[in-house]
Amino acid sequence: MSSQRPQDIIDHALSLATCSDCVVIADETSTANLRWAGNTLTTNGVARSRRLTVIAIDRRSAGAAVGVVSRSGVRAEEVESVVRAAEKEAAEGTVAEDAEPLVEPGEAAAVPSGRPGWDDPPEGTGIGVLEGFAGHLGETLREAAAGGRKLYGFAEHDLTSTFLGTSTGVRLRHDQPSGKVELNAKSDDLSRSAWAGEATRDFAGVDVAALDRGLAERLEWAKRRVELPAGRYETLLPPTATADLLTYLYWSAGAKDALDGRTVFSKPGGGTRVGESVSDLPVTLRSDPWYPGLECTPFVVAHASGRDSSVFDNGLPLAPTEWIRRGELAALTQTRYSAGLSGLPVTPAIGNLTFETSDPSAPALPEMIARTERGLLLTCLWYIREVDPQTLLLTGLTRDGVYLVENGEVTGAVNNFRFNESPVGMLSRLAEVGASVPALPREWGDYFSRAVMPPVRVEGFNMSSVSQAS
Amino acid sequence: MTHGGQHDIDPQFTALPLRALADAAMQQAADLGAGHADFRAEQLRSQTIGLSDGNLETLFDASDVGLAVRVVVDGTWGFAATVDLTPDAAAQAAREAVQVARVAAAMNTERIELAPEPAHGDVTWVSAYDVDPFDVSAADKAALLADWSKRLLARDGVDHVDAHLTQVRECKFYADGATTATQQRVRLHPTLTAVAVQKDGRFETMRTLAPPVGRGYEYLDGSGWDFQAELEEIPELLAEKLAAPSVRPGRYDLVIDPSNLWLTIHESIGHATELDRALGYEAAYAGTSFATPDKLGQLQYGSGHMHVTGDRTAVHGLATVGYDDEGVAGQSWDLITDGVLSGYQLDRRMAALRGLGRSNGCAFADSPGHMPLQRMANVSLQPAEGGPSTSELIAGVEDGIFIAGDKSWSIDMQRYNFQFTGQRFYKITGGRLAGQLRDVAYQATTTDFWNAMEAIGGPQTYVLGGAFNCGKGQPGQVAPVSHGTPAVLMRGIRILNTAEEAA
Repeated sequence: MSSQRPQDIIDHALSLATCSDCVVIADETSTANLRWAGNTLTTNGVARSRRLTVIAIDRRSAGAAVGVVSRSGVRAEEVESVVRAAEKEAAEGTVAEDAEPLVEPGEAAAVPSGRPGWDDPPEGTGIGVLEGFAGHLGETLREAAAGGRKLYGFAEHDLTSTFLGTSTGVRLRHDQPSGKVELNAKSDDLSRSAWAGEATRDFAGVDVAALDRGLAERLEWAKRRVELPAGRYETLLPPTATADLLTYLYWSAGAKDALDGRTVFSKPGGGTRVGESVSDLPVTLRSDPWYPGLECTPFVVAHASGRDSSVFDNGLPLAPTEWIRRGELAALTQTRYSAGLSGLPVTPAIGNLTFETSDPSAPALPEMIARTERGLLLTCLWYIREVDPQTLLLTGLTRDGVYLVENGEVTGAVNNFRFNESPVGMLSRLAEVGASVPALPREWGDYFSRAVMPPVRVEGFNMSSVSQAS
Repeated sequence: MTHGGQHDIDPQFTALPLRALADAAMQQAADLGAGHADFRAEQLRSQTIGLSDGNLETLFDASDVGLAVRVVVDGTWGFAATVDLTPDAAAQAAREAVQVARVAAAMNTERIELAPEPAHGDVTWVSAYDVDPFDVSAADKAALLADWSKRLLARDGVDHVDAHLTQVRECKFYADGATTATQQRVRLHPTLTAVAVQKDGRFETMRTLAPPVGRGYEYLDGSGWDFQAELEEIPELLAEKLAAPSVRPGRYDLVIDPSNLWLTIHESIGHATELDRALGYEAAYAGTSFATPDKLGQLQYGSGHMHVTGDRTAVHGLATVGYDDEGVAGQSWDLITDGVLSGYQLDRRMAALRGLGRSNGCAFADSPGHMPLQRMANVSLQPAEGGPSTSELIAGVEDGIFIAGDKSWSIDMQRYNFQFTGQRFYKITGGRLAGQLRDVAYQATTTDFWNAMEAIGGPQTYVLGGAFNCGKGQPGQVAPVSHGTPAVLMRGIRILNTAEEAA
């Protein structure tokens, strides 16, 4: 066998396997990036890689043991060594707690029409995707320098083609483009700072000059500086900040941990809080692999088992899932194993997140600012970390622009704050939810860039102390 | 020249045509007009084992190989990487790196220069360890973790136990025409966490304090840490924490154990003394630093007896290397001397940019697919010669808190304002420990905190802590790093009650 096509590598690996069951995943990734600081390029690069993951399953009377071996750069002649290494681990291993039958082709997800089929070659990206952008960026950097601004930022595009084959006959593929641009503008003396970012699948329509103009306006806002003390403030969170907080909530919504009694979604005395109200507003937190513009893998791809993933679930179709439905906790992220323990539906995690109100008159952020008597308007949140899983208390910082809104207008820039807030507690204190728009989570965008989120107004957002950072 | 540990480098790695790949890449880069070119090939072996309540949850065995070519063309960087280890692919990567440099030139206004480094010739270095963890079967490791988990689960009040073991063997080959370095490092991090859940829904956790280390599998057999003693005491410590009173917020004197303070050093000193951050190169992502170069030799970072070093040489240190990813030999130097900012962490570009002479060897890339950045050295607070023991430090506190183990952490983008929690907190009353407290977090501004350091423990309190997962850069890279520290006594630090913060 000499073909290096991932489809052929998978068939070859499955034909070599002698274990009870086998799952093979081939990922082909290409990426290109540019980074700049102080109006000049800093680093850049292109990279290609491919990874073969063989999951060998040894079924025995006591259950099923799993061996997972994942290697990059595997060539056809090296496939057998990967299969044998995985089989050896499975044969020597103890039984896995999440053992289930493998997904059958009939229950697996179907590849929709119009998408690349199993036999089509993997797609790729390269520096060419960024060539037009780099030219515009060069002009924008010169304009910013002339306007007394320093620009910092990052642009990245990557494309991963994932091929999944199993010994039960499942053959699935997914091609995932991801991209983002982040732009940070500072005044020449670095005392004022503003940020904008957006996710993109292809860099078409990314207007870096427009991003810079928006930041220039915010730097103007910041010319009047207001010092405010720590305290609880009425606060407008822009969509990126809402996205960061709710992404963390989503990541903390594993059914297994909830069942174990160790998360904010655990019910005292046992069980989970599914079915309980978490907000008085008609808000819905949802994932949908087919959401226009946020398309992501429509089937389970699990390279390893973990608290919220199971290699046995590979190929399972992902359906649109409401995690919070009109203010009520509706589902937790599940494997088939945890669903069996919890008695709840099988709702595996999905790679995007939307949060929307069913109120058709939900306002845009400028309207919300106009209706604010006195409050804070944030740009984004940063360095978000869990403090206490019991309440899902998170801490972090405001960053790159906190603005004071008085009588419906921005009147100046405020110092930064350290916050201590729980996104769960925040849901119960939402005063207003605006219209949802595509949003790049600033903090988690490296891992999770597909989100549609609203600006929200929160009563008494807990600004725990002042940060001197500017 | 060979130094470091006594092991040979993995023969699978040295069997690769490393020199032929380097020659193909360097020749191609030179032919296309690159003023500088360097070549790196890597093989990273890693294995993660996870158990939930003694049952195997995760077993993931990975091997990453690849090569990278970095060039400077007409003063602009170019970088390209591939996983194909053939001379043709290496030459192709060199062509791509040159093409990237030409595309990027449109936005470059700063000519890239690199600080000179002596040629080291053809050198080999291996870290210090006894047993390569990849020579032990996964089944044996899982069995050991299952045994430890079940011992904890058998004790009263322990409802759940998580056990994890992460292991890495990193092989690197670097060539730039002056230095050719072949190196191998081994590291591992075992953790066990016990969980107790009350009927009313309240829960607490208690994790082992054993730090990640640049050691081999002998670490789990008691070389460098007493796991048996730690497993023995965890259930009682957990039960006491669950029953402990909630802290009253306010200002307290703190005695901080190395198992907690290493992370505070990492965030408030380690990242703040990276020159690329201080100059703004991380401004849009990881952030900058309050400790800017104009304050070098001036800034009173901490109290007068504070001495902090950077090094890439500490035995068993996670940032310890023979040569960095730019061919610079491992060194040790001062960052804070007598409490005053006295140095930075550098790579060759940053050293040249500020005219600081030779790089102190902090370039690191976490994979063959990433361009090296200035990454953290082992940054350590030096103990006081003849200094006090931990109990002597505690004896100096009338009403305070003793903190051990790290947990939650967060610091702002200029490294001023931080907040940390821990694994356990003890009330100190009249110079003695008086039972645990819960819901404790400490919050401070970096220079206020370090200037409130009244006493530094002696060498008998010194422990090398650290982390596998220090993040920096875009695209994101993770780096392992160690931080040594003694126990310390801080006066008048703000304590928050985390339950009240969430209310």
